[in-house]
Amino acid sequence: MSELFLARFQFASTTLFHFIFVPMSIGLVFIVALMQTLYVVKKKEIYKKMAKFWGHLFLLNFAVGVVTGILQEFQFGMNWSDYSRFVGDVFGAPLAIEALLAFFLESTFIGLWIFGWDRLPKKIHLLCIWIVSIGTIFSAFWILVANSFMQEPVGFVIKNGRAEMNDFGALITNPQLWVEFPHVLFGALATGAFFIAGVSAYKMIKKQEVAFFKKSFQITMILALIAGLGVAFSGHDQAKHLMKAQPMKMAASEALWKDSGDPAAWTLFANIDTDKKENSAEINIPFALSYLAYSKFSGDVPGMLTLQKEYEAKFGPGDYIPPVKTTFWSFRIMVGAGMLMIFASMIGLYLSFRKKLETNKWFLRFMVGMIAFPFIANSAGWIMTEIGRQPWTVFGMMTTAQSISPNVSYGMLLFSVISFTTMYLILAILLAYLFIREIKKGAHSEEDKDQKDETDLSTDPFDGGAYHGIS
Amino acid sequence: MAYLNEIWFILVAVLFVGFFFLEGFDFGVGMSMQLLGKDAHERRILINTIGPFWDANEVWLITAGGAIFAAFPHWYATMFSGYYIPFAVLLLALIGRGVAFEFRGKVEKASWIKAWDWVIFFGSLLPPFLLGVLFTSILRGMPIDQDMNMYAGFTDFVNLYSVIGGLAVTVLCLLHGLIFVTLRTEGDLRDRARKLGKRVLLIVLPVLVLFVGVSIMETDIYTVRPIITIPLTVLIVVCYVAALFFMKKERDGWTFLFTGAGIMVTVTMLFTALFPRVMISSINHTFDLTIQNAASGSYSLTVMTIVAISLLPFVLGYQIWSYYVFRKRVSGKEPMTY
Repeated sequence: MSELFLARFQFASTTLFHFIFVPMSIGLVFIVALMQTLYVVKKKEIYKKMAKFWGHLFLLNFAVGVVTGILQEFQFGMNWSDYSRFVGDVFGAPLAIEALLAFFLESTFIGLWIFGWDRLPKKIHLLCIWIVSIGTIFSAFWILVANSFMQEPVGFVIKNGRAEMNDFGALITNPQLWVEFPHVLFGALATGAFFIAGVSAYKMIKKQEVAFFKKSFQITMILALIAGLGVAFSGHDQAKHLMKAQPMKMAASEALWKDSGDPAAWTLFANIDTDKKENSAEINIPFALSYLAYSKFSGDVPGMLTLQKEYEAKFGPGDYIPPVKTTFWSFRIMVGAGMLMIFASMIGLYLSFRKKLETNKWFLRFMVGMIAFPFIANSAGWIMTEIGRQPWTVFGMMTTAQSISPNVSYGMLLFSVISFTTMYLILAILLAYLFIREIKKGAHSEEDKDQKDETDLSTDPFDGGAYHGIS
Repeated sequence: MAYLNEIWFILVAVLFVGFFFLEGFDFGVGMSMQLLGKDAHERRILINTIGPFWDANEVWLITAGGAIFAAFPHWYATMFSGYYIPFAVLLLALIGRGVAFEFRGKVEKASWIKAWDWVIFFGSLLPPFLLGVLFTSILRGMPIDQDMNMYAGFTDFVNLYSVIGGLAVTVLCLLHGLIFVTLRTEGDLRDRARKLGKRVLLIVLPVLVLFVGVSIMETDIYTVRPIITIPLTVLIVVCYVAALFFMKKERDGWTFLFTGAGIMVTVTMLFTALFPRVMISSINHTFDLTIQNAASGSYSLTVMTIVAISLLPFVLGYQIWSYYVFRKRVSGKEPMTY
């Protein structure tokens, strides 16, 4: 194992671990805010109970997301100092804006929301959770501005041997950003929706608080369908854009060694031989790749060997083909999981409409299992995006091998890799334990507190008398 | 725009001053868990005094990191890779501390709660110490080569000066936190916080004298810009003497103001001594990182200045509002959130 391997392992493990919690937080807080809006508008206690119960689970998840995010921000400097020197001028700005604009909003208003149930007037308290939701979306936006620059560098000049920003507008109108951002947001919504739906399905199977969980399930099924379709359409846009911006990633995700010919077929399965640079067996769906890449049933897609020659002419000698198997299969896992999500939400809506939901045990069990699929799709999507960009960190400008910190030794890396992965493991176990505990307890444990809340509904923060609530 | 690099040095300094003032007291409250809290209930009250605030306070550090990355990429790269192990430990401490607040109250088992109380204690003790070591060793100079890479050995990080620096920052935070507790609690707990605060203050004064003494020997704090740093040092001492005065009169609000001012002036003095350098090389001063050679281009700094100037007032506004909303003391007789 080399230093480069350890640094990459650490980046991958940190990012993948962090990105379990990020989409879940973005999705859950949005749905919790919707539930609380229903409570404020319709004034029905069940919606308040929903906001509180799902809000509890959101907070557990959010805490782990926040703390792993600090590491995410500092590890560029720790492990990738030459990268940070080269792109800091451009890449640092969105990170700083993310902290100033999004992190402050989220952290302050989450505190106000958690501790403010009995302190703030209802509408102000509702506003707090919406601000947290907006904060998480801002956060996603700015970090994707930074990531999009790595996929498709824009708005800079090379000066003094490094990239210097010369057009901030170009960074935030980066075409890559505007296909990536909606895709990530819809994915996040799907993650939150399938989590709530799966937990609700579990409680319905156990016949606990069926009315409450059925209602939660129905609300999220609509969102799940919207999210699933949104993910698919924005994903298609992204594929079309990939064709123009990073054709090598496209070719690798199709395991397409030679040019496809016109029209291009989509490969469902391939037995990839990366040494011989060919596939020994393939199952193809005619026309489908042309459609994926161009939204029409004609047009050919260049293969990796052609692109390799082009890149050699452009960037000098080197291997510009990313790990093909990983890129190919992560793409198929992502698409497969996405299709399954759309399918599941359609059945869920149909059964709710027919009022057959809680009696249909096999479907409810299936929905419990579906909790995992958005997570699988999110991770596979990022693996495809980041591995498919290799050997580059900044496409066409800087390779991963050039990005590493020269002064960080093997021993230091080993220390941090071991200690951080151990920490992630502990956090994962604790969080799973706490989730299961809270879910088993159910929403009725909120009732005692709610009854207390009934007595102090007048909560004007400027009225000293209101300050007898929870602190 | 002129003086962009200077503006960004000041902004980074402001973020650290804000961070040490705000997170300073919640680190102190975290440390007081084991020094002040007699039982799980008292410790719960202590956590709830900083409950709504600690997360936003920590964002000051994250924002400072982000601002350094954007405005001074070389500073960011040199410091974070150079201080690799200290940062790794700092992050582990902050991760543990952050989840501890959320996880602690979720299981009603004595051993579970006790374990998290210790995580909060060490998670609040280590960061100020490590950051103290970081800033003082930066002032003393670290082995940075002509390519701006820092190759430091154990004694570069851990030496008499940096340990005293770490200790100084830690006790300043502890004192500040105890005074915060006097503002947010009632009765016996508040009395004991005052009493312990008095004792800690009597440690703070000699530690500060020691720190100034070693600084004179080990750094150029008092030779590079004595016209500012000497008055600031006097001001620090004035702050803590004033704190002692108000503490004796049991004027907690005033005491808090002065322990806070003490921290803010201390951080300001360190940054004043550092200016215009951001990292000092112990090998050769031509290898120093400065606000010029470590900075981003003027375009990027201009954009970031506009963004920062337009956002900071809002950030300050809603943070102050959140302290206003939660101004009532935590009595422990009513249900608590954490």
